[in-house]
Amino acid sequence: MTHNKDRVFWAGNETIAEAALRAGCNFYAGYPITPSSEIAALLSLRLPQTGGVFLQMEDEIAAMGAVVGGSLGGAKAMTATSGPGFSLKQENIGYAIMSETPCVIVDVQRGGPSTGAPTAPAQSDIMQARWGTHGDHSMIALTPGTPAEVYRETVRAFHLSEAYRTPVMLLIDEIIAHTTESFDIPTDEDLGPIHPRTWYQERYGANSFRPFHDFYQGKHIHITGLSHNERGFATTTPAIIQRGIEHLVNKIELNQKEIERNDTYMLEDAEIALIAFGSPGRASKEAVDIARAEGIKAGLMRIITFWPFPTATIRELVDKVRAVIVPEMNMGMLRGEVERAAMRRDVQLHGVNCVGGVPIEPQQVIDKIREVYRGL
Amino acid sequence: MAFNYANWLRQDLMPHIWCPGCGIGIVLKSAIRAMESLGWNQDTIGFVSGIGCTSRAPGYVDMNTLHTTHGRALTFATGLKMAAPDKNVVVMAGDGDSAAIGGNHLIHSCRRNINITMIIVNNEIYGMTGGQFSPTTPGGARAATAPYGNIDPGFDLCKLTIAAGATYVARGHVANGIYLERLIKGGMAHKGFAVIEVMSNCHTQYGRRNQHPDPAELIEHIASNAVMLTKWDKMTPEEKSGKYPIGVLHKETDKPEYCESFYKLQQHAQERVRDASRKIAEAEAMKPKREGAGGEPSEN
Repeated sequence: MTHNKDRVFWAGNETIAEAALRAGCNFYAGYPITPSSEIAALLSLRLPQTGGVFLQMEDEIAAMGAVVGGSLGGAKAMTATSGPGFSLKQENIGYAIMSETPCVIVDVQRGGPSTGAPTAPAQSDIMQARWGTHGDHSMIALTPGTPAEVYRETVRAFHLSEAYRTPVMLLIDEIIAHTTESFDIPTDEDLGPIHPRTWYQERYGANSFRPFHDFYQGKHIHITGLSHNERGFATTTPAIIQRGIEHLVNKIELNQKEIERNDTYMLEDAEIALIAFGSPGRASKEAVDIARAEGIKAGLMRIITFWPFPTATIRELVDKVRAVIVPEMNMGMLRGEVERAAMRRDVQLHGVNCVGGVPIEPQQVIDKIREVYRGL
Repeated sequence: MAFNYANWLRQDLMPHIWCPGCGIGIVLKSAIRAMESLGWNQDTIGFVSGIGCTSRAPGYVDMNTLHTTHGRALTFATGLKMAAPDKNVVVMAGDGDSAAIGGNHLIHSCRRNINITMIIVNNEIYGMTGGQFSPTTPGGARAATAPYGNIDPGFDLCKLTIAAGATYVARGHVANGIYLERLIKGGMAHKGFAVIEVMSNCHTQYGRRNQHPDPAELIEHIASNAVMLTKWDKMTPEEKSGKYPIGVLHKETDKPEYCESFYKLQQHAQERVRDASRKIAEAEAMKPKREGAGGEPSEN
């Protein structure tokens, strides 16, 4: 083993805080909630050191409002929360979508509904990430599964939020948040350049349905959560309202190729495909190894960009395999999306669903693989 | 000479949505005059609101304007102020917006004493949604959701914000725009969280259900119950009944302002980093140099 000063031993929450600073984050507003607490604690220490702002607000709603306000003031802003807090934030997440204000929202998922099982792991916020706020819109949500990936995807979340002028969700589960592992911090070359806000304004200026400026730039812009015209002012003209909503959807959906990211493992000749995200992706990978040793041709697709959903990629995959198994820590949220992507193709679709607040273990996945294999 | 509002308004966005005779325009004009008399440049003002009739004000003024979600204006304003503390942030909100759904944000903004000016237009009713009773609707008053009379006790917003820690609290009314301008100007010039409550009229939703359907008459009624603070202090409880005090009700200048406190915290954090780096460098320099040993640690 070679010595490497950039090799670290961090838990997921710690990684998110440090990666956010690397991405240029200089504004955090939050409210105490587990299992996301360490992100706020670490940033309360680190942000003032780097000239940034740390705010602990009076509630989750206020924290999300402050993040949007901070972003409009020119800051690279983020917040972090968990289940119940994520529910409360939805109002102002909708505002960030409508007003096209870049920001990053971390949700360290725990079980629900309501207070649920704090602070045991779950993956049941994935639909709330997509549809939690009212009204039509698209969404970018990233679901990294390994420590180095958490780092990379945190940085990418800031990049995507500024490029597409939209809130970006970074969803991890409690296992990833609290599992401490060693990994190499990506190099500058590996990570790509970190850009200031002005860089995005110059390159992506047309990708907005309101003037593409922050406050205090001499432009006297108006920002509203009302349906608005291209100048940013409220409108009641149906054609303009329609165009505005289509813009919010299309600016993301039509650029899916640039946003989508998946990881595949032994899928080339697979008869049984596992599709997973987050920590069940790791249990699935181990299960694939066990299955292969037994002569079962299994493979894994691990979703890293959950929204917009990799529909076309999964449709292609489903055409090549005989069965699909979806291990996830909810009652079938991902499986439902896979089913939609498969469009009634002749393929078996199975789930491994764990909602008891414990991780999915490789044993559960391999048991399901064997069962499905026998029935093929 | 008449004040020229032309430079301050987005005249292409007129006509505004407010009912003829509404008091909000008087408040907005008073605020604009206060800004100009303080020599504020429009580029350096962030004008923030929530949802409701009052909250439509930012749409009509030519500066950096932010029309946010219901009750949450102060949360956006706090983020905006912290991201750019050298700029002026003014919030304008109604009574329902600031005292009901936004009540938590109001008291916590007072507590922080962040340098924001909060103008509350109190017309004692939810106007935009059709005249439901608000946290400041008087007892017994009729409202769309109080057909038998309102039984909810109301807030005294000035007492509330003083108790919560605001360092400038004033009350005025829409019958005297000159005096109102002075109160607002005092709040804008104050370093800390400033609240100016403005008693205003909603003849459309409040007045017509409560024997004051005429705007001019309702404004006169509002003015007739106002008592200058100097006189108020000498009145008996019986004399005070149904009346309210106006003027600068509270002002303190020795409480730390939040942006300044945070700036000091930043300086302290950075000083500690510099100290630690210096100590590490000193410790490194003290280490004995070993003959032939490289700088790189062992790979074992």
